[in-house]
Amino acid sequence: MSIISLQGIEKFYGEYHALKGIDCEIAEGEFFSLLGPSGCGKTTLLRVIAGFEDVSDGVVLLGGQNMAGVPANKRPTNMVFQSYAIFPHLSVAQNVGYGLRRAKLPPAELEARVAEALDMVGLSGFGARAAHALSGGQRQRVALARALILKPKVLLLDEPLSALDKKMREQMQSELRRLQRQVGITFILVTHDQEEALIMSDRIAVMFEGEIAQVAPPQELYRRPVTRRVGEFIGVMNFLDARHLDDGGDKVRFDLEGLGEASISHDQLPFGARAFAPVVGLRPEALSVIYDAKPEPGQRVVEGEVVDLSYYGDMTYYEVQLDGTTQPVTISMKNLATRPVLERGARARVTWDEGSLVVFAT
Amino acid sequence: MLLVSPTAVYVLLLLAAPLAAVFAFSFWTQDFLTIDRTLTLNNYREAFSDPIYRTLMGRSLLISGVVTLVTVVLAFPIAYFVSFYVEPSRKALWIFLITIPFWTSYLLRVFLWKVILGFNGVINSGLLSLGLIDEPITFILYNANAVVITLAHAFAPFTILPIYVALEKIDRSLLEASRDLGESRMTTFFRVTLPLAMPGVVAATLIVFIPTIGDYVTPRLVGGPNGLMIANMIQTQFLKLNNAPMGATLAVLAMCAVTAISLIFVFFNRRYLR
Amino acid sequence: MRGGWLRIYAITYLVFLYLPVILLPMFAFNDGTVMAFPLKGFTTQWFVQLAGIEALHGALLNSVFIATITATLSVLLGICAARASTRFRFPFKAPIMGAIMVPLVLPEIIVAVSLLVVVVQVLDLPLSAWTVIAGHTLICTPFAIAILSSAFQGLDQSFEEAAIDLGETRWGAFRNIILPLVAPGIIASFLICFTISLDEFIIAFFLTGAEPTLPVYIWGQLRFPTKIPAVMALGTLMLLASLIILSVAEFYRRRGVARVGGNDSGGFL
Ligand SMILES: Nc1ncnc2c1ncn2[C@@H]1O[C@H](COP(=O)(O)OP(=O)(O)OP(=O)(O)O)[C@@H](O)[C@H]1O
Ligand SMILES: [Mg+2]
Repeated sequence: MSIISLQGIEKFYGEYHALKGIDCEIAEGEFFSLLGPSGCGKTTLLRVIAGFEDVSDGVVLLGGQNMAGVPANKRPTNMVFQSYAIFPHLSVAQNVGYGLRRAKLPPAELEARVAEALDMVGLSGFGARAAHALSGGQRQRVALARALILKPKVLLLDEPLSALDKKMREQMQSELRRLQRQVGITFILVTHDQEEALIMSDRIAVMFEGEIAQVAPPQELYRRPVTRRVGEFIGVMNFLDARHLDDGGDKVRFDLEGLGEASISHDQLPFGARAFAPVVGLRPEALSVIYDAKPEPGQRVVEGEVVDLSYYGDMTYYEVQLDGTTQPVTISMKNLATRPVLERGARARVTWDEGSLVVFAT
Repeated sequence: MLLVSPTAVYVLLLLAAPLAAVFAFSFWTQDFLTIDRTLTLNNYREAFSDPIYRTLMGRSLLISGVVTLVTVVLAFPIAYFVSFYVEPSRKALWIFLITIPFWTSYLLRVFLWKVILGFNGVINSGLLSLGLIDEPITFILYNANAVVITLAHAFAPFTILPIYVALEKIDRSLLEASRDLGESRMTTFFRVTLPLAMPGVVAATLIVFIPTIGDYVTPRLVGGPNGLMIANMIQTQFLKLNNAPMGATLAVLAMCAVTAISLIFVFFNRRYLR
Repeated sequence: MRGGWLRIYAITYLVFLYLPVILLPMFAFNDGTVMAFPLKGFTTQWFVQLAGIEALHGALLNSVFIATITATLSVLLGICAARASTRFRFPFKAPIMGAIMVPLVLPEIIVAVSLLVVVVQVLDLPLSAWTVIAGHTLICTPFAIAILSSAFQGLDQSFEEAAIDLGETRWGAFRNIILPLVAPGIIASFLICFTISLDEFIIAFFLTGAEPTLPVYIWGQLRFPTKIPAVMALGTLMLLASLIILSVAEFYRRRGVARVGGNDSGGFL
């Protein structure tokens, strides 16, 4: 059963249409991410769920209950703010225990619950610290403990890691994931970092300009983006001009710019589509340089020139201008001891994997 | 909206309405003990034709202008010094030092300037004992000079602070960028620092210029007969001559003059200094 | 030393600023009634004399009463305006806030005469402590707003939302989170308004009733040379009191800035 159901959510700020008919179901215990460029309405959607913004139209169901008219403090959601919003005049323990005050627990039990929550985020023994004497990572943990201690049905996180440095961020990513599995609460994470979304989420909703473009698990999102824009936003994708030739038998044939003819099986095509966009997508790892090796049987080879390269240590990204084309394609190659790194200007022989082609519907 | 309303209502009731009343009064006339409420421009006619009022108004504007110029010019280097040369940890101390004298009773400060500038005051006895002068100098008390000195002192913190705040806001890397692009320290100051500090200077100018017009304490205590200003006349009209309409007229005129000059100043500043 | 000439200039300027302030205690302890150099011997008689002046005590009490009420009103009005201006958007916000801040730049005599006209000529009410309070509140409110705005500004809006998110009501969030965080600003602005009102003369002179305020009383004394040493002693005590009050205010203001995690820049005003 879905814990959150968003039905036709519309949000206007004056004239500005911030959310345009959002429909989405989020399952219980899921780690769900809202991903999109700056200003696309991620925060707005999160705040709609939390109850900080009224919807202009549409319904928010939380655990099956309509949340219309339920104020933020009465909703079974809790939020980790981007700035963390750790109350600076309270101690760590007072911050963490803040939401329990109304429960009127006996002091001993309150203390035990706070200690338990602090323990969960790896801050045992920090209770007496003044809140303003914490590092960024520690604030983040306090904010988490403060929200989780209330055992919400849904935890909302608005770019919680964006203020941390790279190392700390990576550490918190795995820790958040572990924590989510441990408590089993539904997490909704807002982020504009596609890598973060791919690493952490069970499912990702990609948003552009107030609309959800695609909702899918990370692998599907990466391998089968439904629009060119999604493909472009997640990772790197090459786009090649394509011409739909015919629907011969169980395959559909395309003529691709620079690569020649390709036959694509029906199950690889966008569901139910009859007409196709004049462009297909191909990830950098679906293309490969074969150096001097003989192509395997059935593999076709095209040639091109290396116009640029970026060396990443474990990988090298080549920009290769295929013969007869105007735009270079990006090819990623794992660096092995036996493989030389090609120089700029070198000729490269390139093969590609037909099964990784992404065809877009019009 | 609901929240701001008490304050807005208060200001409206206690400022806007009274100002309107003053405006209305300026068109009435005093008829011995009663007020003649027929609308007339007589007060204005009198204000413009009687040389006393003209002299006072001209002198007030002149003194205020000079005070403003002197105060701002004297204050700028201080603000610059505190902002650029004082270590960050000691800036607050300097600002505190600068504001302390301001919290001495205003009346007593003005009075003490009289003591300092007087015939056998601090300056004269100091200069005499040093042998720099043979007899006390007199051009520093009971004239416009004394008013300027005293007011420049009284408004010092009001000018230093806005300029200081504006200077503090300047991103220091801008200055380095300018040096990097080939400007000298001097030209950087004129091409980058000063233009960026201009909002503070403008604020300081208005904060000094406008209120000094309304001061009657300083002219009365140190100004002598030739240092009196329009505010003294307004006070006299209201409290001594009991001619509220004439006082109101002068108040309106003073306010208009100050506002007009301030607007012209701000306008030219926008126009030519950006 | 960095800043060579500028530093010398700055120190000269400080001497100029402090000249009257230094003279005040000098004459207060001077054993003579003439305000001139050279000084005579040391005495504390003027301070002793202060204790016996009835009219002074009345004026002091009156001033303290006026300053207390003024500060309270200004801070309350300041809280409303500062919170509204930092937290909410509303129509005509800029002109409304501008109008509220106008008394900051209006010549004080204008404030004084316009209130005088209304109270005496239009409403035909007697002048009293309350008329002074009305005028003082008008000029103190902008100061309170300026200090309180910076206190409210430093507040992250998500503090309030976080409290609500954790189950607090709107009012609860204001009382338990916002108020403690801005309390230092409130104390600081109260003390500043108190001090301003205590020292204000121009408006008080016009609006005061039969009971003079302290500065009006001092103004009256300045005409009599024999009374001046005692006035100097009084001024010295007032300066001390102001300094103590302001130090306390500055202490709270800084604590407020530290609390909301901002960094400090400059002092009052
Ligand atoms: N209170 C508001 N009033 C008017 N417009 C608003 C308001 N809040 C947000 N917006 C607008 O709505 C749009 C979406 O804002 P939102 O904060 O949801 O973006 P976001 O996806 O979270 O972006 P970011 O990654 O930058 O945080 C933006 O264009 C923003 O300017
Ligand atoms: Mg956002």
